[in-house]
Amino acid sequence: MQSGWTMIGRMALLLALAGPLAAAVSEPVLDIGQGGKCVDDPKFMRLNHMKLMRHQRDETVRQGIRGGKYSLAGCVDCHASKKNHSVLGTDQNFCQGCHVYAAVKIDCFECHSSEPRRALAGEPPK
Amino acid sequence: MSCNHDQQRRQFLSRGAALTAAVSIAPGLMLYDFARARPPGEAANPAVRWGMLIDTTQCESGCDACVSACNKENGLSGRTLPTDSQWIRKLELQQEDTGRKISMPMMCQHCAEPPCVDVCPTGASFKRADGIVLVDKHRCIGCRYCMMACPYKARSFVHEPVTDHSGATPRGQGTVESCTLCVHRVDQGVAPACVEACAREGHQAILFGNLNDPKSAIAQRIRSVASVKLRADLNLDPGISFVGI
Repeated sequence: MQSGWTMIGRMALLLALAGPLAAAVSEPVLDIGQGGKCVDDPKFMRLNHMKLMRHQRDETVRQGIRGGKYSLAGCVDCHASKKNHSVLGTDQNFCQGCHVYAAVKIDCFECHSSEPRRALAGEPPK
Repeated sequence: MSCNHDQQRRQFLSRGAALTAAVSIAPGLMLYDFARARPPGEAANPAVRWGMLIDTTQCESGCDACVSACNKENGLSGRTLPTDSQWIRKLELQQEDTGRKISMPMMCQHCAEPPCVDVCPTGASFKRADGIVLVDKHRCIGCRYCMMACPYKARSFVHEPVTDHSGATPRGQGTVESCTLCVHRVDQGVAPACVEACAREGHQAILFGNLNDPKSAIAQRIRSVASVKLRADLNLDPGISFVGI
């Protein structure tokens, strides 16, 4: 009986601590840029974009297959913020915002451009 | 030490120049005739072999249009310190006994038997089906074995973080890189940036095309004029041939 009360006491303590903690980390509010219809279901993309892009990048780099729908450049083209023309920069920007929230290091942009291809070509973003 | 290395390479190249007669080429021929972009979703064609024929008699001393175009296209700084990337260099050579001078561009020779691919421990260095030798930077660990294996000194290591991503080619610190034969352009049916720049200058020293197509301008030219491959003794079968050295 005593151990039962101790357990309830512990649970109460946990709830008391966890409640405010959970409330403190709210989901990121993302600037999705141009947005529109994604190449796949957004929920599916949120979970699987890294696998899809990794698969396609190997096909593109090594076999020269171009024009696939899961390209990093494609993500950037649609989702670069209209404010700074990038998917990085602030915790509202599309890639950075979610990766900061999920605490996953993002190293794509050490080599790849975080700006849309149109901007690089000297034309204004849509 | 690297200067010594350069010197030896140049001496070797100039000795090669003594062995072959210069052949002048009639102007006005088509520069390249690979017609179309590969359709999306289609892999590089193993029946194709991309290559170049560089005519040193048309290459003007002091002109670096090809180098500037490469730097701009691929986002290179254009600096020439030992720690800077150079995908294409201009060489000015002089034959010791006769004093004859030639000028030529030097870059990755896109070998059929590339030693850089042989030595790569991770499979990052590879040859694409259509003969273009590339670095898969997702797999490159920056060990630089390939740089030591390459007899043409064609590869560079990226020493510093890349902040300017304005080039068409993704580049990053800690990886090795070299001429990609402008693979992103070739896949769209457009000639490499250096070829375009040379033609724009009116020199037409670089002919680009499919070596395996007997009807292509480059295959016809190679059949009709004397050309050499650099360090042919190594049996690497480079995709780049030279006229006039």
